[in-house]
Amino acid sequence: MLIIDCPYCGKRPEIEFSYGGQAHIARPVQPADYDDEQWTGFLYMRSNERGMRAERWRHVRGCGRFFNALRDTTTDQFHGSYKVGEPRP
Amino acid sequence: MSAFRTQTGGRIDRTRKVHFTFDGKTYEGLQGDTLASALLANGVHLLGRSFKYHRPRGILAAGSEEPNALVAVRRDEARYTPNLRATQVEIYDGLQAQSQNRWPSLRWDVGRINDLLSRFFPAGFYYKTFMWPKSAWKSLYEPVIRRAAGIGKSPTLPDPDRYAQRYAHCEVLIVGAGPAGIAAALQAAKTDARVIFCDEQSEMGGSLLSESAVSIDGLSAADWVAQSLVALARNPRVTLLPRTTAFGYFPHNLIGLNERVTEHLAQLPEHCARERLWQVRAGTVLLATGAIERPLVFAGNDRPGVMLAAAARTYLNRYGVRTGSRAVLVTANDAAYQAALDLGAAGVSIAAIVDVRKNPGGELHAAAHRAGIEIFAAGTVLGTRGSLRISGVQIGQVDGSGAVHFKRSIACDLLLMSGGHTPSVHLFSQSRGTLSWNEALESFLPGTPAENQRSIGACRGVYALSAVLEDGAAAIAPQRFTVTATVTSPSGWLGALPRPVDSHGAKAFVDWQHDVTVKDIQLATREGFHSIEHIKRFTTTGMATDQGKTSNLNALAIASDRLQKPIPEIGLTTFRMPFTPTTFGSFAGLSRGDLFDPVRRTPVHPWAAQRGAVFEDVSLWKRARYFPVGDEDMHAAVNRECVAVRSGCGIFDASTLGKIEIVGPDAATFLNRLYVNNWSTLAVGRSRYGILLRDDGFIYDDGVIARTATDRFHVTTTTGGAARVLGMMEDYRQTEWTDLKVWLTSTTEQWSVIAVQGPNSRRVLEGLVTGVDLSAAAMPHMSVARGAIGGVPVLLFRVSFTGELGFEVNVPSTHGQAVWEQIFAAGQAHGITPYGTEAMHVLRAEKGYIIVGQDTDGTVTPDDAGLSWAIGKAKPDFVGKRSLQRPSMQAPERKQLVGLINVGSNVPLNEGAQVVETRAQAVPMTMIGHVTSSYYSAVLGKPIALALIAGGRARMGQRLYIPMPGGELEVQVTAPVFYDLEGARIHA
Amino acid sequence: MTRQRFSALSLFLRGLSRHRSWQIQWRKPTPKPAYDAVIVGGGGHGLGAAYYLAAEHGMTNIAVLEKSWIGGGNTGRNTTIIRSNYLFDESAALYDHSVKLWEDLAQVLNYNVMFSPRGVMMLAHTVHDMQSAQRHIHANRCNGVDNEWLTPEQAKEFCPALNIGSNIRYPVLGAALQRRGGTARHDAVAWGYARAADALGVDIIENCEVTGMIRDPSGAIAGLETSRGEIRTRKVGVSAAGNTSVVMRLAGVDLPLESYPLQALVSEPIKPVFPCVVMSNTVHAYISQSDKGELVIGAGTDAYTSYTQRGALHINNHTLDAICELFPMFRRMRMLRNWGGIVDVTPDRSPIIAKTPVPGLYVNCGWGTGGFKATPGSAHVFAWTIARDEPHPINAAFNIERFREGRLIGEAAAAAVAH
Repeated sequence: MLIIDCPYCGKRPEIEFSYGGQAHIARPVQPADYDDEQWTGFLYMRSNERGMRAERWRHVRGCGRFFNALRDTTTDQFHGSYKVGEPRP
Repeated sequence: MSAFRTQTGGRIDRTRKVHFTFDGKTYEGLQGDTLASALLANGVHLLGRSFKYHRPRGILAAGSEEPNALVAVRRDEARYTPNLRATQVEIYDGLQAQSQNRWPSLRWDVGRINDLLSRFFPAGFYYKTFMWPKSAWKSLYEPVIRRAAGIGKSPTLPDPDRYAQRYAHCEVLIVGAGPAGIAAALQAAKTDARVIFCDEQSEMGGSLLSESAVSIDGLSAADWVAQSLVALARNPRVTLLPRTTAFGYFPHNLIGLNERVTEHLAQLPEHCARERLWQVRAGTVLLATGAIERPLVFAGNDRPGVMLAAAARTYLNRYGVRTGSRAVLVTANDAAYQAALDLGAAGVSIAAIVDVRKNPGGELHAAAHRAGIEIFAAGTVLGTRGSLRISGVQIGQVDGSGAVHFKRSIACDLLLMSGGHTPSVHLFSQSRGTLSWNEALESFLPGTPAENQRSIGACRGVYALSAVLEDGAAAIAPQRFTVTATVTSPSGWLGALPRPVDSHGAKAFVDWQHDVTVKDIQLATREGFHSIEHIKRFTTTGMATDQGKTSNLNALAIASDRLQKPIPEIGLTTFRMPFTPTTFGSFAGLSRGDLFDPVRRTPVHPWAAQRGAVFEDVSLWKRARYFPVGDEDMHAAVNRECVAVRSGCGIFDASTLGKIEIVGPDAATFLNRLYVNNWSTLAVGRSRYGILLRDDGFIYDDGVIARTATDRFHVTTTTGGAARVLGMMEDYRQTEWTDLKVWLTSTTEQWSVIAVQGPNSRRVLEGLVTGVDLSAAAMPHMSVARGAIGGVPVLLFRVSFTGELGFEVNVPSTHGQAVWEQIFAAGQAHGITPYGTEAMHVLRAEKGYIIVGQDTDGTVTPDDAGLSWAIGKAKPDFVGKRSLQRPSMQAPERKQLVGLINVGSNVPLNEGAQVVETRAQAVPMTMIGHVTSSYYSAVLGKPIALALIAGGRARMGQRLYIPMPGGELEVQVTAPVFYDLEGARIHA
Repeated sequence: MTRQRFSALSLFLRGLSRHRSWQIQWRKPTPKPAYDAVIVGGGGHGLGAAYYLAAEHGMTNIAVLEKSWIGGGNTGRNTTIIRSNYLFDESAALYDHSVKLWEDLAQVLNYNVMFSPRGVMMLAHTVHDMQSAQRHIHANRCNGVDNEWLTPEQAKEFCPALNIGSNIRYPVLGAALQRRGGTARHDAVAWGYARAADALGVDIIENCEVTGMIRDPSGAIAGLETSRGEIRTRKVGVSAAGNTSVVMRLAGVDLPLESYPLQALVSEPIKPVFPCVVMSNTVHAYISQSDKGELVIGAGTDAYTSYTQRGALHINNHTLDAICELFPMFRRMRMLRNWGGIVDVTPDRSPIIAKTPVPGLYVNCGWGTGGFKATPGSAHVFAWTIARDEPHPINAAFNIERFREGRLIGEAAAAAVAH
């Protein structure tokens, strides 16, 4: 069970969180402008990094907030977390 | 007192005799004995049979690394545990132990024939045979192999014991209470740190419990341990956990501990868990897990009476047991000499010491010399004799050219061996620290740790007692110790002992429990299995219940020698949890029965239960499925409930529906972007059926949404969808549309929802509801109003999932049952009938209303479900809209929701039944769809069904077929509405 | 080269000479400068594809590159369940193709892969489970795939250890049984394919990691850069399971994949007590007993993507909760070993066996938690796809374009949406 650093609440055990997948995939403002290829990329294509990954978590059994975190997928060690809207450090 | 028990010494309580049985025979031991020490005290060395060859096996070790001495312990019929190590089982009065894997008895085991035929059963033999004839694998070979395999027997009754779980946090967790661990704990206790200190044995002290000849700070080892533990126990910040195994090391310094609470007790205390799982989050972890003495690999090294030297010393010094009368020691290091000296002093005749080193020396060597023990340098063992116990050993010597010569046969009943020590790096490796090979110590040692953690003492190759103590202390703060102990130099032997080139036949075991020999490993390398993982899997070495604690390094060395590659290049298998086998029940803990998953019950549940409702599980909820009267079965009850709703009035508990309050100036915009419908046009006091898609375009959830104020919506979701819909909404609100001013609150548990449905429903409520005009004109279908019932404020929906005139009364949950009872009482005059989910399903199917998850399955679009009308056509976007424009989403052959009626049969179709276009198709048939919902409609007097059919809406009136095991059924496609086609009743 | 035949007789005869004359099961060749085709990934799927390329398509100048030791990924880390009772036609065809190949695999490879059709029983605990099971049973019957409904009593008769009482949170309401389903010996599948492929001339090269893809000016595959040097080839088939994303990125191809940890565990070995495979999606656990006697237990994936090959304790705990609920007599049994694999999951939980936008590059991935059962069938159609540069009819629907077109094969969606 990982320890996850919620930017609002501090470090808490993984069971308080839900996982939200890869971070920084912004939904297009006008999806209609996307062609099928671009839309497929938004819906399904994921970088699936082996190494440092920016990902979304939600402190669902805590403050309820979504935030982003950097985690090394080869070690599961976190390297920081940050609020929605902030750039990846 | 048995001949093998010493007169004095040891840590057993000589005043407390304990009686136990082994294979039905009663023995006497002493309080403090393990099953192994007690049997050895009775002269019993034969404890089990090996896995494959059924060779007689005794006790090799004294701790958790024991590969051989596995027994079943039976406390009573339901408390039977197989495969326990006799070296870890503490005896109590009445303990019943049984040997395993033998028939008919331990002494006469017919399985022994395997040993005689063993040349035809080399490693991996089963991959090469049993292939002809093909059918015989399942009918003959596999059953025979399975019966031969396995070791113990499964328990046969449900386990009546309880298991507890506990979370703990500490600054320092110390694993292993030997000298390093105790020294570290003493230092940590001087700080402000919370300390958890655990050890797998019944007593803390580790190797010091077996020491006879050392002193620490002027105290004997035993006194130093006792004094230290008393000091630690008095410190309120220190938690001492004996009988507690650190079995697993998980990311971010989470350590799993298994504490055995009652297993050693003769009387089980009431209300006490058998085991307790600790999940400890530690600031720093200190691993003081010690080292395991390594056996030597030579022919016949598996006979009962062949034992690790340190184990014999433990049995003597800790348990007061002589493990034989006449012993030979074969060793590759100094330290094991102490065993010969201790046993000799206790009256065991030491026939010889065989030292595999060319030039043994050191203090202990000199002492053995002085004691008159014959010592063979450059020695080796060529073989052993004996059947159920060793009776002699053949000694060889290696000459200057490396040739091995037979030297002498020596009679003995005990053969001690020591191949050096293997540091216990299991937990370090589990934590994903990198191991590095130390050439000087011929060991894998902890390298770079991956967590905040430190290895101390023998588990990182530090062996001298003073160095171990100081290493332990230094993990917290340096400390000097005054130690009197014999200095020995660590050395060892890896792989097979030297033997003549022409030696074959006799088996030299590497992995005792799995009967893996040197030849098996050689065969593996010959056949191309060169990675240690391949060797392990092909020969099964290291895969027994001891997970290779005594065998892994020898196996590596043999492969290394054979392949002429250094050990690190062969690789080391990954250590995985658990360190020792750990009870399933402890992982499950209290999570059983009603505690397996939370049970959610509505406020009306007690009323329904009292009424005899039959409940079904829907996600975490218990929902009343039907309310049988008298001896009604489900169909009779459902028919009655449906007719009651259509002809009078029904009352239904809809409280499980998810409810979300959406508030804020942008609430309508928010809903516009999420749901397919247009919410801007919804007036306050009105509601609308909403459909929610995921961005992939498929239906995710549905429900009625009411506007209760300009800036306020009351959203309902499906019962199972409540949490995930709120999660999805929060996701968009927090991460995509951060500009919107809108707040979301789950109100599922705040409202009880009482559906009152049927032509009489207005009459039932009219007399109860205050503050609302219920007339059709004032409160039309899909309107919402606030009022009260008996003074309790209610949010009243005119809404129907039945197609009848109907209302849903939302009432604060604390008043849910009271209001329900008021309505039910008032309804008596109008034939009010409680109905359950099953009748609800029938009623909605008669009207063609879908259930998300039953009539849709995650591959259905709004158009597929016939719900295009709900889509707000003018909206530029909503979640899922873009996906609906993909080519395949518009294909005419998509499956569409239609109705099916039976042709020539009055039996409802099977839900899930497949539909085909033409009769008598050959397998594989071309299926064009399936039945999603199917019921007998009591009101219509015939079965009805909903189905998803390819191009279904273009098939109205068409005859289709349903192939069933008993023959084909014929159906006709209709619109998915069967009752009140013009929809007049709902507007009554 | 001629291959020694494995049989009871050969075992007996070589036993007389102390097994000294057994040959190496697969050679340890150094990579040649060029091959007609190269498979990346020495698991069951990759080795199988190499075998079928050689055996059925005459392509013997080929190699399998494995970065570590063959069969060391998910092939050697799974719970070995084999079944084909999938809902959709495409899936049923693919998995049943596989089951049919399993049935003869030991004889075809001359290697005992111990396929044991012990029956796979999938439990239903809710009305929704029962509806889903019925839909599967009907669809399977029309597709010629065996699957039958059992009442709780019949389920208990088939698996006596099962608790069908009402004292558990989600009582068993029935089960769907596929009798042809079962288990096999995972390592033997990798080794059997390796040995058979090697005998046909395939080079199986271990400890050889692919570090780059070489493209010709047209963009087509021209070769591979590896930790053991450059290898020229015009056809590359990637079959790298959890590491597929990493390998495919070398060719600039992004895939809709994410890699998750999947745990499994075994108990200490006991005498035969569990005659079949039991799975439960609702309480999240599956269990069988291996030939060696261990109870083999698995569950769902962890929540987050990871390449660490280990899972969380609370996932393990929940798996064993479920086992202890369904089989309370196993509560005193002990876990011997737990391990983790990396499973690559697609958005619709169905695999991709297809050509890619890069000419000469083929991929077989996205098996999620279900790859082992498909090994022979997947390998067989993947070989076809590589050899003919077009999909076999069975894998045609398992293409990459389906995600763009919205033609998903939503097995999980069809089975798992609760109401």
